[in-house]
Amino acid sequence: MKTTRRTLLKLAGGTVFVAAAPAILTRPARAADKRIAMIVKNLGNSYFDACANGAKEAAKELGGIEIIYTASAKPTAEEQIAVIDAQIAQKVDGIIVSANDADALVPVGKKAMERGIKVISFDSAIAPAGRIVHLSASSTPLIGAKQVQMIAKTLGGKGEVAILSAASTMTNQNSWIEAMKEEWKKPEYKDMPLVATVYGDDQDDKSYREMQGLVKAHPNLKGVISPTTIGIRSGAKAIVDGGLTGKVFITGLGLPSEMKDYVLAGACDSFAIWNPVEYGYSSTMIMADILSGKDTAEGAKLSMGKKGETTVGKDGEAVMGEPFEFNKTNVEEFAKIF
Amino acid sequence: MKGLFNYRELILASILLVGIAAIGAYQPAFLRWGNISDMLTETSVLFMMALAQMVVILTRGIDLSVAANLALSGMLAALVSQYYPEIPLVLMILTGVVCGLILGLFNGLLIAFLGIPPIVMTLGTLAIFRGLIIIIAGGDQVNASEMGAAFQAFPKQIFLGLASPVWIAIAVSLLFWIFLNYTRAGRGLYAVGGNPVAARYCGIDQRRQELLAYVISGAVAGLCGYLWVARYGVAYSEIASGYELTVIAACVIGGVSIGGGVGSVAGTLLGALFLGIVMTALPVLQISPFWQMAISGAVILAAVVINARAERRPDKLILPEARRLRRV
Repeated sequence: MKTTRRTLLKLAGGTVFVAAAPAILTRPARAADKRIAMIVKNLGNSYFDACANGAKEAAKELGGIEIIYTASAKPTAEEQIAVIDAQIAQKVDGIIVSANDADALVPVGKKAMERGIKVISFDSAIAPAGRIVHLSASSTPLIGAKQVQMIAKTLGGKGEVAILSAASTMTNQNSWIEAMKEEWKKPEYKDMPLVATVYGDDQDDKSYREMQGLVKAHPNLKGVISPTTIGIRSGAKAIVDGGLTGKVFITGLGLPSEMKDYVLAGACDSFAIWNPVEYGYSSTMIMADILSGKDTAEGAKLSMGKKGETTVGKDGEAVMGEPFEFNKTNVEEFAKIF
Repeated sequence: MKGLFNYRELILASILLVGIAAIGAYQPAFLRWGNISDMLTETSVLFMMALAQMVVILTRGIDLSVAANLALSGMLAALVSQYYPEIPLVLMILTGVVCGLILGLFNGLLIAFLGIPPIVMTLGTLAIFRGLIIIIAGGDQVNASEMGAAFQAFPKQIFLGLASPVWIAIAVSLLFWIFLNYTRAGRGLYAVGGNPVAARYCGIDQRRQELLAYVISGAVAGLCGYLWVARYGVAYSEIASGYELTVIAACVIGGVSIGGGVGSVAGTLLGALFLGIVMTALPVLQISPFWQMAISGAVILAAVVINARAERRPDKLILPEARRLRRV
């Protein structure tokens, strides 16, 4: 998810939830509290601020947990290690990390675990030796299937569909497209053929032209899936600009702040991406489970509270669930967050 | 017409016509007015950028910073639109143009008066401009929903069947044509690139001509920055990345000599149109993306080879009159 990540990082500087961080820090800790440090890539990133809000929500629901949300100013491994060291010195009970470098964080993760601190990673993993569990937001099959399901719902399962991807060399997008094709084999999609796969190279202008080309080459085209945040926003713009709203619909992986206008205009019925609030929530729930002494061997089940259960897989990797769907009802609310 | 098109340009124009006919035969949708109009709109920025680049190349220079300039000026215009939505659109566009002009002036001053090689200077400013985008926007991007409505609506407005960017490109092309053919400063650009020594003896100030070329290049990039950002509805540090190479390719296909002193408005427009057709035709033809880049590259090489064969001049000429004399 390189492109998604890159775009999300660009959202640094969001101010909506920055104010929330000190509020969490100053909340007085009760004696029985377990303290969990959530250490993200960098400060001032509204995506992570939303994650921290989810963590806070989980802590409230569980009770007796204090969340310490912190990070370095710059997203570098060196500065992040210093922040983790400081939390180890504070003797927190658990550390949840979005790693700036998978391998560079292994020694400090080991050091924490040697002192009895539970370490898990979310969003961006630490290599298996440096943490107990890594929670992925979603998995390739779920991401692929979700996008096909969304366009099928929009089109009522009927009509030609094309894929507007990033570059033809991008492994993330290619594996998601493979997963889409796997889902496409199901009989309910027999009236919804995949007619083309084109590549916008994650450039707004090329994606826009590819979208215009798709519509011209396939006059009966009804839907487009774009598994990249740049493709979906440019494709949606081409639909609106070309007066195709209502004739062609786009779906895929997008950011609410970028897709809001197009959803409200009707070019996009629904799109998906992981919900950072849920992500922070689930990570904290898992951490609470681990702190209570739950087994984390392969095959063990951990609770994610309202979000159900997740099963620990190979190398301690767990999956939160399918991407979260955004549509007219919630896009404006989430557009304020990321 | 004789002065407008020369032999090489006629060849390029006929290749274009044959190409368009062939694509149209294969995919009739390509020849519909809607597609042709879309194609011209998509290419309008390239038309203007290629003309501006030609002016720089005429002086034996090169401006690699144009795409970064476009992105920075576009970002500034977008930020103005985001934070001061009440100011008139014309001022927002002017923000882009003036920003681009100042950036071009910076390039020009250092190249002309400090003698820094253009390729090195503009490679440096390319990185500086891209970095500045991140700084002025605080690492953020400006989305369609944050830009003003009028700001975004303008490039979509249609007058007499063509979108406003196409009309702007037509106006800019006319200005370039008059400037390069009928003004002292315009002819001076050919002179300093074609034969710097002779130009000097004629009393043409090479440094002023160079400065002028980079200022023009910058101002056009600024104007295109607004058009780009408003058209695609997003401004961030990576827009138009690598676009400077497309612009230079359009010039080369259009017969502009990288050695300076040779190039015409008509040729450059044809070169840009050529690339514009390639860029918009390949998606309509649904050619496999794995072939698209190879095809684009082969087409560029073929065009350049044909150009090189058609254009075998023993020397470069300053005045169009001299060229006409030679033909006699």
